[in-house]
Amino acid sequence: MRVLALHLGLLAVLGALHFALPAYHHGNLARVMVLASYGIGYNLLFGYAGLLSLGHALFFASGMYGAGMLVQHGGAGAGAAMLAGTVAAAAVAGLLALVALRTRGVAFMIVTLMFAQAGYLTILYFGDWTGGDEGFVMAQAGQMLGGIDLGTPGARYLAALALFSACLMGSLALARAPFGRVLVAIRENEERARMLGYDTQAHKRGAMILSGAISGAAGAAYAILFGYVGASFAEVQYSILPLLWVLLGGAGTVLGPFVGALFMFYLIDLASGVTSAYMLIAGVALVLLTLYAPQGLMGEVRRRLWRGLP
Amino acid sequence: MSLLSVRGLTRDFDGLRAVDGVDLDIVEGEVRALIGPNGAGKTTLVGMIAGRIAPSAGRVTFDGRDITQMPAHRRMRLGMAYTFQITSVFAGLSVSENVALAARRRARGAAVGSAVAAALDRVGLGDRGAEMAGDLAYGHQRLLEIAMGIAQRPRLLILDEPTQGLAEGEIAGFGRLVRDLAGETTILLIEHNMDVVMALAGRITVMDAGRVLAEGTPGEIHANRAVQAAYLGGGGDAAAG
Repeated sequence: MRVLALHLGLLAVLGALHFALPAYHHGNLARVMVLASYGIGYNLLFGYAGLLSLGHALFFASGMYGAGMLVQHGGAGAGAAMLAGTVAAAAVAGLLALVALRTRGVAFMIVTLMFAQAGYLTILYFGDWTGGDEGFVMAQAGQMLGGIDLGTPGARYLAALALFSACLMGSLALARAPFGRVLVAIRENEERARMLGYDTQAHKRGAMILSGAISGAAGAAYAILFGYVGASFAEVQYSILPLLWVLLGGAGTVLGPFVGALFMFYLIDLASGVTSAYMLIAGVALVLLTLYAPQGLMGEVRRRLWRGLP
Repeated sequence: MSLLSVRGLTRDFDGLRAVDGVDLDIVEGEVRALIGPNGAGKTTLVGMIAGRIAPSAGRVTFDGRDITQMPAHRRMRLGMAYTFQITSVFAGLSVSENVALAARRRARGAAVGSAVAAALDRVGLGDRGAEMAGDLAYGHQRLLEIAMGIAQRPRLLILDEPTQGLAEGEIAGFGRLVRDLAGETTILLIEHNMDVVMALAGRITVMDAGRVLAEGTPGEIHANRAVQAAYLGGGGDAAAG
């Protein structure tokens, strides 16, 4: 009950901030909510199932290009684009799972990294369709959802909030459902989970497809809400970022990805206002957090204050 | 009819024949002990029965079905439960979540909670549910493993050296627990402690160098000269394991 209140409370606060925030922070928060949704997708695989992927940019970009190209070449609206992006990313994740889940540990990291790089190069190779490294600006039609222009600040914020709410509450339900609990068991001791009669391979495959679908939904939403599709979102940096958000916020916590994404976004934002060497400040903050809160911010809350926090 | 039937089961590890053409039949409801000196192939044999190790040759039949090619998790779903020789609990999860993971395979909702409470009470960990499994003392972790086995309501419970590393008093408690379970499920017990074996087992199978050396009641095994030569007399400290 308290758990549900906490998560719904956060969504209520985010809803209220829509009316209270100045334009600059209003725009930032919309972006953070979309990125946090990406982080939630990543956290499902890394935080719950314990699989460290270095290739999630492939799923984010699959969602982004799946949505963007349907708009660009098929003239679709936002709803169809969103669906196409999500399905495309889930399919890519399902295919990658067939290969990558034959490996574990470091090999899994390398295989996912490799395939994500291959995905990035594929986008560049088919430049006639994808716009190459310049990408493309989304057609206005792709931002329209039932007569509402999602590219305007107000609608954009509310759409981002809707996406984030769905991801957050979905992730909370999953963490408490038998499926999520088995994922945690696999993370903690896969052989024991298998010898309790669980098909661990099928669970990992399911986690990867779901993780890819959520990451893809975030990628599609990013394209639709911010109106730009670009190859830089398929680069390795976008595979590392969700890992950092999740580590900072707390792997295996429902709120961790949001806390991590928010913290990191504003850390870089504030630091870049002070100095051009802003990554140095971000780096120092990351090192300090790793030293003093190795389980991430929400992980520390769980360890010190609230043992049952999902 | 036997619940578990093993025919000609063999396993080679790089030229070393760890298990060599073993036949074994376990009847529903019995407590069977599997003994033998270190390296006799007991854990390899049981690993093949549970599906953790693929056999080089031979056949495993459970409840009339040939399960030789079946993956381990499906064998567990058919009604086997396996406790590890080296304690293997979910150290980072609570004691009750450990048992709940075992119970949830066949129960949902409120039934899980009552199955967890019943299994924990059974092994005497009823008031430890909220603790982290990794924080439990070693002996209690072994009991937790058995609770996880109980919660699965298995037809065949495989216990791989459950008393290893336990204190005297804990071993006595374990003996009572197994006697108590014997009425409900078939038990295959790999055990080094001869006092435990003699007191609990209905029949004993003795392995040596990958083969079955002898099989019989505790009295017969006690009197068997070949067993005495190969095992009981051999090291002189068989009871200490």
